[in-house]
Amino acid sequence: MLRPLHPVAPGTRTVLGIAFFVLFVAFWAWITLGGHVNRIFLADPLSMLKDGWRLLTEDRFWLDILITIWRVFGGFVLASIVAVPIGIAMGAWKPVEAFLEPFVSFARYLPASAFIPLLILWAGIGELEKLLVIFVGSVFQIILIIAVKVGGTRRDLVEAAYTLGATDNGIVRRVIMPANAPEIAETLRLVLGWAWTYVIVAELIGSSSGIGYMIINSQSRLATGQIIFGIIVIGLIGLLSDFAFKALNRWLYPWSLA
Amino acid sequence: MSKLLIEGVSRTFAGVRGGQPVQALQPVDLAVAANDFITILGPSGCGKSTLLRIVAGLEAPSTGRVLLDGKAVTRPGPDRGMVFQSYTLFPWLTVAENIGFGLREQGRPERERNEVVASYVDLVGLKGFENHWPKQLSGGMQQRTAIARALANDPAILLLDEPFGALDNQTRGLMQELLLGIWERRKKTVLFVTHDIEEAIFMASRVIVMSARPGRIKSDVPVELPHPRHYTLKTSPEFSALKAQLTEDIRIEAMRTART
Repeated sequence: MLRPLHPVAPGTRTVLGIAFFVLFVAFWAWITLGGHVNRIFLADPLSMLKDGWRLLTEDRFWLDILITIWRVFGGFVLASIVAVPIGIAMGAWKPVEAFLEPFVSFARYLPASAFIPLLILWAGIGELEKLLVIFVGSVFQIILIIAVKVGGTRRDLVEAAYTLGATDNGIVRRVIMPANAPEIAETLRLVLGWAWTYVIVAELIGSSSGIGYMIINSQSRLATGQIIFGIIVIGLIGLLSDFAFKALNRWLYPWSLA
Repeated sequence: MSKLLIEGVSRTFAGVRGGQPVQALQPVDLAVAANDFITILGPSGCGKSTLLRIVAGLEAPSTGRVLLDGKAVTRPGPDRGMVFQSYTLFPWLTVAENIGFGLREQGRPERERNEVVASYVDLVGLKGFENHWPKQLSGGMQQRTAIARALANDPAILLLDEPFGALDNQTRGLMQELLLGIWERRKKTVLFVTHDIEEAIFMASRVIVMSARPGRIKSDVPVELPHPRHYTLKTSPEFSALKAQLTEDIRIEAMRTART
């Protein structure tokens, strides 16, 4: 019986979660191996795995993976270093917010991918251009989300700190910042997920290495098995970095958990 | 000289969307002697919390002024410790770090801080919980920590805004005895806001009854029950007589609030 909001047993949850993956792959195998779609457009799961193995063992695909990871984290770290202090400043001091918020809100809607041609003109097609794409895509998002979170700092905590003799500077450093640290880390985790989309777009255009480059390269050779393998690799790395980030947050901020 | 002097303090809130301004507090005058335990009793929305927040410096009065030891209050400061109704411990600090927060903000050396913190942990009976996060504590323990945190600064006056309002009845009774015990031993000027009549009498050396909104002081009732007070006092005839008198006062005000 399905009852609304009724919890599911942990064991059942795992089985159900795996079951969908099995069904999905089974359906994929059925339409490809069963000859229901043209092999040219969609590889079957087995040849996808074979292609993937060949990529890793013969074509040194792991180098592409490493370079993509470096680009994501490089761009993301740059964006964080710039965006976190600005976001905190905007949340804490309303004149700063009034000054920057309209522009950041506008800039947030500028699609990072549309900047690629411009960034190539400015920075060439080297690493700097890739990092800048991630940077442009992430920095405004991080600023805005953090500004909102910091602006929502519990007023009663701020008042309590004032009655204990905190100065304005002390309020920002020892109340507003620690109070929002877990939320800021959570924001970064979210935006890191988005950064993975930007890096692939950046690598699809004017690139000679990386997972995205492999994918666009495979397209011209109709190697759909390789494309799908590349996409799955991105998904897996994204999932792993997400887990790592979550574990880090739990370790850094034990007080925010029950 | 009075420890705390409230002179003609009133508070009017601007009207919402061009509406009439709302007067929360009519001009209030009150003189508090050193080491007095004053409870401010009134129905919800009578402006008693507003008055306390003005003394704390968290809100500015529309008229009048507040003097503490002859000095005008303009902003919050460590000479006026405050305990709030909501749980306001800093969740990222342990119990000990919360209690030491004020001392740290004032740049007192760590050695001294640790000593003071240990003595207040002891005073509110939280030995063994120094390294717990606030989330791991019951409501009563959180408020005990909050009281210790406010007292650790050794403020000239302690302000409490319905500090036990969110606690269950049994815990509330124990907390009253704890706070009163601290006051009896250490002597401190206290301003305690509550809407609970029994609590107001049990704790106070003087009960200030406030009228319905806009608030003003309706009566000023000295409580001459002997110290140290024990919870059995609440069933004594003297206590009951005071309670009957204040219940009548408050009832009229509560009915006026209900009508408007």
